[in-house]
Amino acid sequence: MTMQVLAVDDSRTMRDMLRLALTGAGIEAHLAEDGVHGLERLDEIPPPDAIITDINMPRMDGFGFIDAVRGREALRAVPILVLTTESAAELKARARAAGATGWIVKPFDPESLVKALKMVTG
Amino acid sequence: MAEIRASFFVECEELLEALLDGLQAMEDGAADAETINVVFRAVHSIKGGAGAFGLDALVAFAHRFETALDELRSGRLTADGEVLRLFFSGSDILADLVRDSRDGNETDAARVAPVRAALEALAATSDAPEAGAEEIDFQPMALSIGLDLDVPALPQSDATLWQIRFRPEPGLYESANEPLFLFRALRDLGALSVRCHDVAVPGLDSLDNPRAPHLWWTLELESTEGEAAIREVFDFVEGLCQLEIDGAPAPPGVPDLPDLAPGDAPVIDAPPLAAVDLAVDPAPCPSPPEPESAPQVEPDSRRPDEARAAAAPRATVRVDLERIDRLVNLVGEIVINQAMLSQSVEAAGIPPNSPVRAGLEEFLQLTRDIQESVMMIRAQPVKSLFQRMARIVREISAATGKDVRLRTEGENTEVDKTVIERLADPLTHMIRNAVDHGLEDQDKRHASGKPHEGTVSLRAMHRSGRIVIEVADDGGGIDRPKVLDKAIRQGLITADSNLSDTEIDNLLFLPGFSTADTVSNLSGRGVGMDVVRAAIQALGGRVTIASTRGEGTRFTISLPLTLAVLDGMVVQVAGETIVIPLSAILETLALGREDVRSFGPSTHVVSIRDRFLPLLDLGAELGFRSPLEDYADQIVLLVGQEDGSPAAMVVDAIEDQRQVVIKGLHESYGRVPGIAAATILGDGQIALILDPIDLVSRAHGRTRPPPPASSPLPNVQTG
Repeated sequence: MTMQVLAVDDSRTMRDMLRLALTGAGIEAHLAEDGVHGLERLDEIPPPDAIITDINMPRMDGFGFIDAVRGREALRAVPILVLTTESAAELKARARAAGATGWIVKPFDPESLVKALKMVTG
Repeated sequence: MAEIRASFFVECEELLEALLDGLQAMEDGAADAETINVVFRAVHSIKGGAGAFGLDALVAFAHRFETALDELRSGRLTADGEVLRLFFSGSDILADLVRDSRDGNETDAARVAPVRAALEALAATSDAPEAGAEEIDFQPMALSIGLDLDVPALPQSDATLWQIRFRPEPGLYESANEPLFLFRALRDLGALSVRCHDVAVPGLDSLDNPRAPHLWWTLELESTEGEAAIREVFDFVEGLCQLEIDGAPAPPGVPDLPDLAPGDAPVIDAPPLAAVDLAVDPAPCPSPPEPESAPQVEPDSRRPDEARAAAAPRATVRVDLERIDRLVNLVGEIVINQAMLSQSVEAAGIPPNSPVRAGLEEFLQLTRDIQESVMMIRAQPVKSLFQRMARIVREISAATGKDVRLRTEGENTEVDKTVIERLADPLTHMIRNAVDHGLEDQDKRHASGKPHEGTVSLRAMHRSGRIVIEVADDGGGIDRPKVLDKAIRQGLITADSNLSDTEIDNLLFLPGFSTADTVSNLSGRGVGMDVVRAAIQALGGRVTIASTRGEGTRFTISLPLTLAVLDGMVVQVAGETIVIPLSAILETLALGREDVRSFGPSTHVVSIRDRFLPLLDLGAELGFRSPLEDYADQIVLLVGQEDGSPAAMVVDAIEDQRQVVIKGLHESYGRVPGIAAATILGDGQIALILDPIDLVSRAHGRTRPPPPASSPLPNVQTG
């Protein structure tokens, strides 16, 4: 079965890049524009194998999104990777406190993205 | 030679796909210099191959196209809307030329000439000398990203034996990290042995916090990598575990492990390395292929230098489709055979714990695995279908003058090849409808504050063992009063009909229905939504509509992944054996006396979680018996309808759940209402496979399902 990933980012370019990197690796990409949209998409699609989310987004930011996802019983064990621009320790700590599984530092290259996904999904 | 030619045309399809992908990327603003290179190379490669086969018309057009693209590549031209539109037309014409060359047809010169002239004009606007095709600088293709890029470790002898102690803390599991995955990542670094310590696991009676970590591990990793590489594996769980890493030189006498590249390391669930590329041979192939044409391994169809520079090539095997179909049929026979064997074993009274039973169980598992693998060979991504639809959108957008953007999602979703092929016509019609009838004209869009450009979206996804395809537009939505009015005037319903919104929307599927005031030559009369629905039903699928006035309409097609097998529930009704697709069954209930109530002379209802559902007697509906007087002690199956609301169907007994091989009835009997197909059971008996949704919607006997709007039950997805 094709691996399915939900990627949430408010930047259109970023979403395009994520889609390209994911589909290029044979992963089915579902995209959302912010946390609220991400939660809506999660209602529509089967639980994904992993979620990638940006932090700084309008309407609902990444922390809020992760928190909401972890609040759903069916999604408790879905790995969540956070996209951060810098590898700021404080940001990582906050993301982790919210329930993130790992992180990807932007700008990412497709290999490291896929590698990080592999790390959290086996 | 014919074979090479055939393979050239297969390659052309791949190149055309890359070309369209590239152009789409440019339109999406996601293109980089490499995208342009890819696009250029695609056209260039088609031209090159066409030259070798003397396909002059193709060469001539590809040459013009290539020259124009080179302007883009050199930066003398910008890919703005007008230019891109021309390039899209160019790729459509190029595709036509390729296919016509392949099939030996003449391409309509009147269609080719204007595009060719426009491309020529585009190239001529810049005064640069015509660029030679020879000077292509090759760069690795951007689209090859994501292949397994692990670089094999260089053979070295100074491996270290790392001792790792790893003890998770609660936060590790709460953040969805998984020790197993970490170990797998470690295994990529070298030879790994893992010991799990379970001494701290409490007994069930004293397990107060099931989420607390009780296991810890010691690992031995023999690797040439340094401590940093190992720490990197534990990067995500740093602070969420106790981690100790000690290194010592590897003891002598261990086998030469560093020679083992990470890629070669045993991987439990590695994906198959070779993808099978199903190419339908355009040349007729009446006799069985000779040994030489037997599956041939093609390292890569690109030019050797390109292939080398790009990431690891994927090995593919081309196999005649007929061979696969034979395999599919044979596997179907195995499934039936296996069922018969199980039944004989059962009948022979062999005890459950005997080796025969265990062996049979393994056989069952293997059969399923083989079946799945065979089905996967036939599966293809829907991408080719979606690209065809992109072209339909371009054409109809040009014909109607509406600005349309097609958004696609889930293009890599895989489904049986036959399903893809037979979906093309209905989908084409739906896309045409979406643009022609769904999207409003520019003035209306403007008036309602919508973007000038209309959007049609096409999405594919897997949902509970089925494939779901959505066609949605952001147009005006279904004009229900108008639909109702039309239906009454066309005599399809009576004027006093009291219909719910869903029922009104479904009028669109009635034969002969058309709402367009003026019948356009694009999607007007002729083929209606009834034909679309019939085509989808013939594939074992369903189509539903959801529409919001002013916001748009969404058609959802749900199809089985394969047309060959089905997970079914075998039931008994009035002495007959019937198979009901498992995907349609939400719940099964045994009725107690107090659950059933009479409601009028011929209707019984069943109370399910404070809600009354009319009982539908399957035996009576299928004409096997007259309705029973008393339904206590019967079995009720809750079946999901199109809109997700349940219907209650009565059967006498549930026999079994099993996979059945679908044998079509259409050829011999046409379409039988309420019946999807037939199958052969383990005892050789033939059983009908029910189409429960169709049956419920046609039910006339005891009851009709209540209007779905009143459903207090959560909307249940049925597949």
